[in-house]
Amino acid sequence: MVNIAVLVKQVPDTNSKIQISGDRVDLSSVKMDISPYDEFAVENALLHKESSGGTVTAITVGSAGADKVLKGVKALGVDNIVRLDYDGFMDSNGLQSILAEEITAGGYDIVYCGKSAADTGAGSTGPGIAERLGWGSVSNATEVKFADGLTVSYPTEGGDAIVSVNLPAVVSCDKGSIKVRKSNVKGIMMAKRAQVDVKAVSPPSPSVTVVSQVMPPAKPAGKKFEGGSSAQTVAQLLRDEANII
Amino acid sequence: MTETIVIAELSKGEISITTNELVSAANLLGTNCTIVVPCADSTIADKAGKISGVSKVIAAKSTVFSNYDAAAWAEAIDSVAPAGIVVTAASAQSKDLAARLAARRSISVIQDVIAIEGGNLSTPIYSGKAIQNVSVSGNSVISVRANVFAPAEDSGNCEVQVIDTTGNVTTALKEMVQRASERLDVSEANIIISGGRGMGTPANFTHLEEIADKLGAAVGASRAAVDTWDEIPHSMQVGQTGKTVNPNLYIAVGISGAIQHLAGMRSSKYIVAINKDADAPIFQHADYGIVATWEDALPVLSSSLANLMA
Ligand SMILES: Cc1cc2nc3c(=O)[nH]c(=O)nc-3n(C[C@H](O)[C@H](O)[C@H](O)COP(=O)(O)OP(=O)(O)OC[C@H]3O[C@@H](n4cnc5c(N)ncnc54)[C@H](O)[C@@H]3O)c2cc1C
Repeated sequence: MVNIAVLVKQVPDTNSKIQISGDRVDLSSVKMDISPYDEFAVENALLHKESSGGTVTAITVGSAGADKVLKGVKALGVDNIVRLDYDGFMDSNGLQSILAEEITAGGYDIVYCGKSAADTGAGSTGPGIAERLGWGSVSNATEVKFADGLTVSYPTEGGDAIVSVNLPAVVSCDKGSIKVRKSNVKGIMMAKRAQVDVKAVSPPSPSVTVVSQVMPPAKPAGKKFEGGSSAQTVAQLLRDEANII
Repeated sequence: MTETIVIAELSKGEISITTNELVSAANLLGTNCTIVVPCADSTIADKAGKISGVSKVIAAKSTVFSNYDAAAWAEAIDSVAPAGIVVTAASAQSKDLAARLAARRSISVIQDVIAIEGGNLSTPIYSGKAIQNVSVSGNSVISVRANVFAPAEDSGNCEVQVIDTTGNVTTALKEMVQRASERLDVSEANIIISGGRGMGTPANFTHLEEIADKLGAAVGASRAAVDTWDEIPHSMQVGQTGKTVNPNLYIAVGISGAIQHLAGMRSSKYIVAINKDADAPIFQHADYGIVATWEDALPVLSSSLANLMA
């Protein structure tokens, strides 16, 4: 029986347009969704449970609005859903501290998460929590196998490394070749009635301050040519103007 | 000012030029730059001693550095690195290490820094759709994107101090599966040529490979190409759920330029787009756009490059 945790995060749908008002990103009219890599983390967590037996608990950090993501994964077959209630900015030290505390309190054997969240793109949470817990970790896992201990593949400079991992451990998940399951009506109905276990947290005060959020500098308009023969002009420009060739 | 520590970036067992870029970044953040070189064989650290603007080089010598293990690497590096602002590269492995090192020291980590100005650090957020500027009080660990800072020169002369170190390994390498092709991976390449659904069939990717071989480039793909054709592996995918790349030149062929594809390649220095649809969104981001089918454009591009490079 394995006690499995999976970390999920609510982020703007990757199709959405990001707008700035004042010096902050304005997400008020943006559709929110589960961060794409977290879907692979949830799938691996559920496959792990199906192979070894146990329970899967999904944990998120956020305000009540983030319950939607928890209900979404509940509908896929996650057993328990937990939200660490916090609305506001946390730096990586704060976030990892409260998550590591929750993982310790829950007595988990393994934590799955996405390789990075689609908003920050940082990818610090998985390895950062593992370090705080004194656990091993593998990041960017493209394949996870559960027979005779945990075996994880991840890409490296020299090819795909296949490693065996001692539990407890944190595995941050990349896309790989698994297909993620979709929820059915029964799952969705059940998830609607499910209770979110909401917990208060008090992170250490941040050492990072957000000064501003701005649009990326606009790129000057490019040059556009018609017809395949213009590839010759472009090759020339790559040498004379861009100094690349 | 604060001490800075650069963790040398290695490629194929050697210190890579990215390390020189990290030294430039470190010298914008503080003074007294120490380079820590994780190594099993300390002779590779000699190269770090030649980088200008460095006051100390530590070869952290340990057998744990023969294979990557996040826990052991962080422990071994932490034990030899002084306190200060730690600077690493933003490769997948180094970001992982950066997060570990920061957590070990109970400080924060700022990943993927693309600018340092007046003490503020800039990082892309929402896949580069916006930029966040932050300030940090006290020490932190910072990973810096490649191709952003000019590399420090190799005209220094700093002695290398070898320190034996070790760490507790938590993963065991069972097997290393070599990549099928000899070609560079997109995450390592300075030039990338990518194909999308518009390539029609996976066999047509050979036209991209031919140009890639001329340029020493990697071949990438859109998700539509990866999802549609088994022959195109996920390791080639660029974008939101693929790799984020930052090359000097990115050539997009038969790729429409969906927002999730842009998420992975919009920070490329130069972007060339070949697409038969003049209204394809990719053209809004291209420095040089060619409105044509790839069937028409690629042979011309290939022969023109051959002439220019002859
Ligand atoms: C959560 C999420 C994550 C995603 N992650 C990624 C990701 O990581 N990477 C990614 O790429 N996408 C990603 N996508 C998918 C993305 O939205 C697009 O569907 C995808 O990028 C489209 O790929 P494409 O440009 O190859 O195909 P299409 O959009 O079908 O475009 C094909 C293009 O080829 C052109 N064309 C056709 N024939 C020719 C010809 N003979 N010569 C020249 N041009 C031709 C057409 O004009 C068209 O512009 C993601 C989507 C979601 C929802």
